[in-house]
Amino acid sequence: MEQFIRAFLVGGAICAIGQVMMDVFRMTPAHTMTALVAAGAVLGGLGWYDKLVDFAGAGATTPILSFGNSLLKGALAEAEMHGLIGVLTGIFEITSAGISSAIIFGFLAALVFKPKG
Amino acid sequence: MLLGRQSWLFDNSPRIIAAAAVGGPFESKCQIAEDFDQFTSDLWMEQDSFEKAEVKLLELACAKALEKAGLKNDDINFLLSGDLDNQITSSSFAARGLHIPYLGIFSACSTSMESLALASKIVDNNGANYVMAATASHNAAAEKQFRYPTEYGAQKPPTAQWTVTGAGAVILGKQGNGPRIISATIGKVVDMGISDPFNMGAAMAPAAVDTIETHLNELNVEPDYYDLIATGDLGFTGYSIVQDLFRKKGICLKKNLYVDCGTIIYGKDPKVFSGASGCACSAIVTYGHFLNRMRRGELKRILVAATGALLSPMSYQQKESIPGIAHAVSIEYIQ
Repeated sequence: MEQFIRAFLVGGAICAIGQVMMDVFRMTPAHTMTALVAAGAVLGGLGWYDKLVDFAGAGATTPILSFGNSLLKGALAEAEMHGLIGVLTGIFEITSAGISSAIIFGFLAALVFKPKG
Repeated sequence: MLLGRQSWLFDNSPRIIAAAAVGGPFESKCQIAEDFDQFTSDLWMEQDSFEKAEVKLLELACAKALEKAGLKNDDINFLLSGDLDNQITSSSFAARGLHIPYLGIFSACSTSMESLALASKIVDNNGANYVMAATASHNAAAEKQFRYPTEYGAQKPPTAQWTVTGAGAVILGKQGNGPRIISATIGKVVDMGISDPFNMGAAMAPAAVDTIETHLNELNVEPDYYDLIATGDLGFTGYSIVQDLFRKKGICLKKNLYVDCGTIIYGKDPKVFSGASGCACSAIVTYGHFLNRMRRGELKRILVAATGALLSPMSYQQKESIPGIAHAVSIEYIQ
């Protein structure tokens, strides 16, 4: 139960930050999303994001911040093995399943459904 | 006749021979539904894109106006039309099928009154027997182009507006007993530095005030000369800004004299946030709702200042501010 509460509070807090970015700072949805991805990568680089994941579980892995963290982790892991070029090859290493499935399922959905407008 | 710097008084006061307003399924449930001539049953209108559906809307409105006027396409000398799609393709593609000599114009959502003013000038100067002025907008096509495709489901702030799915068309001629176009004032581009495409009402409000104030000065009339002064599509946000600006300028508008077309169509429906917008907004309210009220004798003289936000998706992405414009046309109907 405690795990659920932690996930709810941390995940909710991240979403609340996103909402404030849009409502108070008038950022567009696209700017909000990319800013959160970049913030996730910075937090990952400082080694803080993994601690947050340990604490909140899905509350930290579900929001888009986690995507930035994963981009960074993939790049760092490949960089250790292959040097600088690994940064380029590794950036989508961990996230490739998510990106590919977004494209493939998006394509499949577009075959079947029409936008309602 | 030119009055002042930017107003025309039409010596031969061109007549509105016929006018038509067409709407989509959402509009069929709106507050002024009885003022429409026709509704389409869905947003696609049996087409395979929203952009093609917008062409269809324009064709329907033009066909309806011709039918009501008892005229054929060949009788119309010129078609003046514009819309919000890139390179005004909706208008050009509709003109392709109408076979009427065509002048494509763009002034965003103020296209309705820009086309009406220019059409009046042509008829007034004996440049044509009949001129048709038309405009259209489509909610899903406009959202896709200027904001996000609706299926993306992006959140909107309360200042956002709802693009009207619809089209309006009007046919002007030299004779007849219909409402007369008395004068027009061409607006200046006014930019107050607002760059939020979810707050177009605020971006356009100063332009509306500038054009209306100039119109009143150049025609040398008081606001009370009109039974109604309307702005095009400012929504509730822009509407209250205009009221404030008039108050600051010491221009007194009596209660219910000033309205905004964007607040009339859907009323306070929360789904539309701050109100209606789009080329079709002022066109439908003017050619449908206002003209019907004039025919019923409720209004004799009106001034419609259609407002436009002159941004492009590219200019907004490059963080340019949104310039606003307003063109005003006065219509009189004394039976």
